[in-house]
Amino acid sequence: MKDTDIKRLLYTHSLCIFSIILSIFIPSFFLENFSILETHLTWLCICSVFVTAVNLVLYLVVKPNASSKRSSLSFKVTRFVKCCVYFLMSCFTFHVIFVLYGAPLIELVLETFLFAVTLSTFTTVPCLCLLGPNIKAWLRVFSRNGVTSVWENSLQITTISSFVGAWLGAFPIPLDWERPWQVWPISCTLGATFGYVAGLFISPLWIYWNRKQLTYKNN
Amino acid sequence: MRLGSGTFAACCVVVEVLGVVLFLRGFFPAPVRSSSSSKHQAEPPAPEPSAGASSNWTKLPPPLFSKVVIVLIDALRDDFVFGSKGVKFMPYTTYLVEKGASHSFVAEAKPPTVTMPRIKALMTGSVPGFIDVVMNLNSPALLEDNVITQAKAAGKRIISYGDETWVKLFPKHFVEYDGTTSFFVSDYTEVDENVTRHLDKVLKRGDWDVLILHYLGLDHIGHVSGPSSPLIGRKLSEMDGVLMKIHTALLSEERETLLPSLLVLCGDHGMSETGGHGASSTEEVSTPLLLVSSAFERKPGDIRHPKHVQQTDLAATLAIGLGLPIPKNSVGHLLFPAIEGKPMREQLRFLHLNTVQLTKLLQENVPSYEKEPGFEQFKISERLHGNWIRLYLEENNSEVLFNLGTKVRRQYLDALKTLSLSLSRQVAQYDVYSMVVGTVVVLEVLTLLLLSIPQALSSKAELEVPLLSPVFSLLFYLTFLVLSAVHVIVCTSTESSCYLCSLSWLTAGGVMVLVSALLCAVVSALTKVLVRGKLLSKNAAHSNSRWSELDLLILLGTLGHVLSLGASSFIEEEHQTWYFLVSTLCLALCHDIYRNYLPGDDCEPQRCLHVEGGFDGATPALQDKNTSSAVLELNRGCKSPSSLGTLRGYEKWMVLASPWVILTCCRLLRSLNQTGVQWAHRPDLGHWLTSSDHKAALSVLAALSLAVIFALIQRRCSPASKVAMALGLLGVYCYRAAIGNVLFPWQQDNKDISKGILEARFVYVFVLGILFTGTKDLLKSQVVAAGFTVKTVGLWELYSGFVLLAALLLRPHNLPVLVLSLLIQTLMAKFVWKPLRHDVAKVTVMHYWFGQAFFYFQGNSNNIATVDISAGFVGLDTYVEIPAIFLTAFATYAGPVLWASHLVSFLSSEASSSSALSHAGFCYALIGSFPVSAYIILVTSLRYHLFIWSVFSPKLLYEGMHLLITAAVCVFFTAMDQTNTKS
Repeated sequence: MKDTDIKRLLYTHSLCIFSIILSIFIPSFFLENFSILETHLTWLCICSVFVTAVNLVLYLVVKPNASSKRSSLSFKVTRFVKCCVYFLMSCFTFHVIFVLYGAPLIELVLETFLFAVTLSTFTTVPCLCLLGPNIKAWLRVFSRNGVTSVWENSLQITTISSFVGAWLGAFPIPLDWERPWQVWPISCTLGATFGYVAGLFISPLWIYWNRKQLTYKNN
Repeated sequence: MRLGSGTFAACCVVVEVLGVVLFLRGFFPAPVRSSSSSKHQAEPPAPEPSAGASSNWTKLPPPLFSKVVIVLIDALRDDFVFGSKGVKFMPYTTYLVEKGASHSFVAEAKPPTVTMPRIKALMTGSVPGFIDVVMNLNSPALLEDNVITQAKAAGKRIISYGDETWVKLFPKHFVEYDGTTSFFVSDYTEVDENVTRHLDKVLKRGDWDVLILHYLGLDHIGHVSGPSSPLIGRKLSEMDGVLMKIHTALLSEERETLLPSLLVLCGDHGMSETGGHGASSTEEVSTPLLLVSSAFERKPGDIRHPKHVQQTDLAATLAIGLGLPIPKNSVGHLLFPAIEGKPMREQLRFLHLNTVQLTKLLQENVPSYEKEPGFEQFKISERLHGNWIRLYLEENNSEVLFNLGTKVRRQYLDALKTLSLSLSRQVAQYDVYSMVVGTVVVLEVLTLLLLSIPQALSSKAELEVPLLSPVFSLLFYLTFLVLSAVHVIVCTSTESSCYLCSLSWLTAGGVMVLVSALLCAVVSALTKVLVRGKLLSKNAAHSNSRWSELDLLILLGTLGHVLSLGASSFIEEEHQTWYFLVSTLCLALCHDIYRNYLPGDDCEPQRCLHVEGGFDGATPALQDKNTSSAVLELNRGCKSPSSLGTLRGYEKWMVLASPWVILTCCRLLRSLNQTGVQWAHRPDLGHWLTSSDHKAALSVLAALSLAVIFALIQRRCSPASKVAMALGLLGVYCYRAAIGNVLFPWQQDNKDISKGILEARFVYVFVLGILFTGTKDLLKSQVVAAGFTVKTVGLWELYSGFVLLAALLLRPHNLPVLVLSLLIQTLMAKFVWKPLRHDVAKVTVMHYWFGQAFFYFQGNSNNIATVDISAGFVGLDTYVEIPAIFLTAFATYAGPVLWASHLVSFLSSEASSSSALSHAGFCYALIGSFPVSAYIILVTSLRYHLFIWSVFSPKLLYEGMHLLITAAVCVFFTAMDQTNTKS
C-alpha cells in the first residue's frame, strides 16, 4: 500500500519537476528574446500556469484522497470557486508579507505580486488540490505530527522547502556583485523555485528512507 | 568563590572591553604626527648646510610663483584627462599636457577616498589615519599644520569657491568664499555655475594670491549615472573651457608681473565603475595632477604615460612654490620636475628643506630612526651638499660643480623617496602583538562564558569561580613565566613600535597576569564541564525536550548574523540583516501564537492564511525538525491549547493581531530612514520631513509623538514623575521650536533661532529628577520589607527617564521611532511574552534583536558619518568633552539602551523567578560578546582586504562601542539584581 503510494508520489513529483523544466525551454520556441532573467515576469507567469496545470491534472488523474461523499455539480462548483478565492487570498497575503519584509510598496508592485502568485502556486495550489478549501485540515497538516498520509507528508516538505528557498533567496540581494539576478524579486523567485524543486526531489526519497518509522493513523 | 551569574557576566564583559581596547590600539596605528603640531609658531627654517665655509642663506627661499590657482574637480579620474575621454572632451587640457609648459602626474589617493580626508591630504601632506576621522568628529576645522594656514600667516590672500568643505576646514582663512553644499546630488549644473560665475570678476581683479576652485558637478554625475554617462563628456568639456579661461587670464597677467603663476588641476579622488567612491579600487585612487606654468619648459612630443606620485606630494610642492615652510606632518616629497628649471643651488636648497622636514618627522615617530636607510641617505646627502656649497662659494669650475650637484641632487631624491615611503608605511602598519594579546583576552572570556552556560542558566543562577584554586596555581605561574618571556623577546626584537611594549612594565605584567588567570579559569571550567558530561552520559538521562522553532531561529539567526560580518556588503547593509531577522522573528512568534491558540477554535480563513505565513519564518526550524526527528507520531495533543480560555475576547484578539501590528510598525520605521550604502540615496520619510517645506507636518508629527510617548509611559509612573514627564516632554517640544526644527502654531516662522540652552536644561532637570525618584524608590524598596511594587515603579521611572532623555536628543523626525519602540514593547510585553510564557533567555535575545534593529531604525549605519554629533551639543554652550561624548553615545545607542532597560523593568515586574535578572544579564553578555569576538578574528584575517579602511574599520569601532554599551548594561543588570537579592 505504502510502497505503491511512494511510487506514485515519485512519478507525480518528477512530472512537476519536468513541467518546471519545460517552462524554461518551451517558451523560447514561441517567444523571441525569452530568457529567465530578462523576461522574468513572462517566465513567472508561464511557470505558475504550468505548475498549476500539472497539479490540477495530476489531482484529477491520481486522486490521492478519493473520499468524496457528495459529487453533485453544484458542490463541485462551489468548491472550485472557494479554491479560487483561497488562492487569490493567499496571493494577497503573501504580497502583504513581502511588503512587510521590506519590498517596495509602490514601485515594482507587479513584480512583487507575481512573486506572490508564484509562491502561492508552489504552496497553496498543492494544498488546495490535496486538502481542498478545508482550513482545519491545513492546520492539522502543518502542526507538529499532524500528517495522515504519504501525500500530506510530501506536501509538508515541499511547502516548507519552497518557503525556505524564498527566504534564503533574499540573502544575495544586498551583496555588491552587481549580477542581474540580484534584483528584487528575481533571486527570491529563483530561490523559491529551487526550494520547490528540491522539496519535490527530496520528499519521495526521504519518505522512502523513513518508511519503516512513519506510521499514519488512517492507513 | 561563588558569584551570581549576572555578576560573573558583568565581570567577563568588563574584562572583554579591556581586551577589545588593546586590540583596537594595535589595529589603529597612531597617526604620524609631529609633536609640536598644535602650535603654529614659526620655527626658523633649516639653514643651508655647509662644510667649513659659512653660508649666508638662512632665510626661506622666495616664492617661485606669484599666483596659484588650484582647480579641484571632484571625482576626476586619471583617464578623464589622460585617457581617450580627455582627448575627446578636453582638447585644451590635452594640448597643455602634450605640448604646453606643464608637468602631468597620476596622483594616487589613499583610502578612504572621500572628499574631506582627501582635501586634508592635499593641503597637509599627511595621510589622515582612520582614527583621525573619529578624533575630528568634534571639531570640523583642520588644526594640523597645512599650506593654507601657512599661506594665511604669510599674508597671502586666498579665495575659495566651490564645495563648502573648504570653508568648514579652514574657517576665517579666505578673504572671499562662496561655499556650495554637496547635498543635492541630483544637481550637477547649478553647483558648478555657482563657482564659474565668480571667475570673470576674480580673474580680472587679480588682488589675490591663491584661488581655490572646487567643482562638484562631475562627482554628482558619477553618483547619479556612472562614469560612462554622456553627461560626463559634457561636463569635461565645460571644465576644459574653465581651464582655458583661467590659463589665458593668467598668461595675459603674467606679462605685467615678474614671477610666473601656477595652475594646478587635480582631482580629490577617482570614480569607480559604478560611479561611487570611498574604497580603494584603482579607478577610485587614481587622480590626475597637472601643473601648468610658464616657468616650466615646453616639451615637444607627447607624454602619454604620466609618472605615478602620491597625492600627499602636492602639499610640499605648493609650500615650496609659494615660499612657505613645508607643513610639519607632510609625508610627501617635492615634485621635482616643478623646480627643475631653477639654478642648482636653489634646487638643492629646496630638496634639503624637504629632507630636513621629513627627517624631523621620522625622528619623532620612529624610535630607532638611526637605523632607517632614509636617515643614512639624508646624512650622506647633507654632507655632500655641504661640500658642494663650499665649492660653489669658492667659485670652482662650473662643470665640476654641475657634476657634483647632479650627484647630490640624485642622492637627495633617493633619500626623499625612501623617507617618504617609510613614513607612509608607518601609518599602515599593524601592531600585531597588541592585536594578538587583545584577541586572546577576548577569546578566553568568550570561552569562559560559553563553558559556564549550563551552570549560569541553572535555577540557582550561581556559579563557582575558581579564583584561588591552588591546583591551578602551578599552571598559572608557568603560563605567566612563559608569557613574560615571550613579552621580553617580542619587545626587544621588534623593529616597529608596539603599544604593549611602550607600556610600563607593571601594566604589561598586569595584562600577562590577566591572560594567564583567564587561561586557568578556562581550563578549570573545561574540566568541570567534561566531568559533568561524563556523569550525564553515565546516567543517560538526556532530557528529550526538542528545540522549538523559536529556539532554532534565534540560534541560526545569531550564527548567521555573525557569519555575515565576513562580507563587506553585509556590513554595509547590516540593517537589512536585522530587519530581516526581526521580521522573521515576528512571523515565528505569530506561528507560535496561532499554533497555541487556534486549534481549539473554529477559525476563519484569514487567520489560517496567517498561520501559513508564519511558516515562512519558522521554516528553517521546521525543516530541521523534519530531518532530525525520525518518528512522526500522531499524538498531536502534546501541546495543550493552554491559557486560551483564560483570556477574554478582546485580549485574545490583541494577542492574535499583535505580531502583525509589530510587523507593520517595523515596516513603517524602515521607510523612515534609509541607511546603508546601496539604497541610501532612496527618498525616505525622514528627508521629506526634515526639508523646510514640510515643517508644519514635522511639527504636528513631533507633537503627536510626544503626546503618545506620554500616554504610553505614564501608566506605571508615580504621580510626581507623571507631572515631571509631562513637563519634560513639553520642554522637548519647546527646545525643538527654539532651535527652529518645529513651529508653534501661534508663531509662524518669525522667530529668531537660538541655541535653546534654557529649554534643554529645563528638560535635563526633569530627566535628572525622574532618574533620582527612580533611584530613591529602588533604595526604598530595599529598606521596606514589602517593596515589590515600589521597586517596579522605581525601575519603570528609571526607564522613563531614559525615554525622556532620548526624546530630547533624537532629531524630531526620529521621535516616531521612540513612539513605535514604546508601542512594540508594550504590545510584546502584554500580548506575547506574558501569555506565551517565554523563558528569560528567549525574552532577552528578542530584546537584543529589537534593540539592534532600532539602532538602525534611528538612521544609524556602520559608517561613521551617520553619527549625529549635534546631540552632543544639546543644552551646552560650547563643546565640553565628557558630556558631549556621553550624550552623543546615548543618542546613537538609544535603541539598544532603551530595549535593555525595558528588559530590566519587564523582568522584575514579572518576577517569575528570583534569578530572572541574573539569567538575563548573563544572556545579554553572551549574545553581545559573541559578534565582537568573531568580528575581531574576522578583521584580523581580513586586514589586507581592499575595504579594510572604508568598511571593516568603522564597523570595528562600532562593535567596540557596542561592547562598551553592553558592559554598561550588564553592570546595570547586576546592580538591579543586587537590589533584588537584598530585598
